[in-house]
Amino acid sequence: MVTIITIYSILAICLVFSFWKNKQKTFKAFKIATKGFLKTAPSLFMLLGIVGLILGILTPETIERLIGEEAGFLATGVAAILGAITLIPSLIAFPLAGSLLRSGATIMTISAFITSLVMVGTITAPMEIKSLGKNFTLMRNGLSFLGALFIAAIMGVFL
Amino acid sequence: MNIIKKFKAVIVIILIYIGLIFWLPDTAAKSFSVAVDYAKEMVFIIPPVFILMGLLEVWIPKDKIQQWLGSSSGLKGILISFLMGTLPTGPLYVAFPMTATLLKKGASISNMVIFLGSWAALKIPQLLVEIKFLGVAFTLLRFVLTFTVIVIIGIIMERTLSNK
Repeated sequence: MVTIITIYSILAICLVFSFWKNKQKTFKAFKIATKGFLKTAPSLFMLLGIVGLILGILTPETIERLIGEEAGFLATGVAAILGAITLIPSLIAFPLAGSLLRSGATIMTISAFITSLVMVGTITAPMEIKSLGKNFTLMRNGLSFLGALFIAAIMGVFL
Repeated sequence: MNIIKKFKAVIVIILIYIGLIFWLPDTAAKSFSVAVDYAKEMVFIIPPVFILMGLLEVWIPKDKIQQWLGSSSGLKGILISFLMGTLPTGPLYVAFPMTATLLKKGASISNMVIFLGSWAALKIPQLLVEIKFLGVAFTLLRFVLTFTVIVIIGIIMERTLSNK
């Protein structure tokens, strides 16, 4: 909700300003927007389908079972991989992480799950490749995964 | 023909869904309802984002982007990228086309990696939820470490990718 309000407020301000300054340019902006949208539409549909499949199979309960009962480094590794391949909204992910913590998962495991969840996007990779290229995407996500593991290790030591 | 080619992956996914209906109807129903939830979100978020991109394209001149976010923008560039990323502006997939536009206009790779990283990992509304469920210490430490790591990744990628 906050997101939608923010985005539409920014848009309204920019549009009013743009129309007032120059109508032609504003119409050109709309044209660019439509073209950009049509270009990304197929990958948006794909993203929807894949998110549905992965979240349908990897439900919060399944994730809880997979990393809640295990302990040690294996669980941390599994958590990092699960985090990397899923795309869970933070409103579900953080409560899930909180309940995992209470049910006995280590800080390192929780951190690995959260950090790789937010930093690595396997599901969104096809879209990222389309916009920014293969090299950029593979490198950013690869390095982010390593970074996520590194952050988890440090957090496990300090907390 | 062209359209079929474009939507090839989408068709494959639709077939998987149809298969699931027969194999695991429960999973299929769950998957479908998740996809519908996400679709609702997209319907609201995608159009304004693309219009904003169009406006950015026609209004902001190239030299301004270069000056604010280019390779010589230094600390200011890092700060702007970070702040733009943390604004509550929606899911990561809308950031990719935006990043592509900014890169085309002269933003540096390192700043764009910082932008994407902050967008994905350090969003303000997300941090509030995190504090509530995992505590201030966890959130703060993750914030500091993540920001540091994102800046390092940005520098590494800038060095490797911009030499070409």
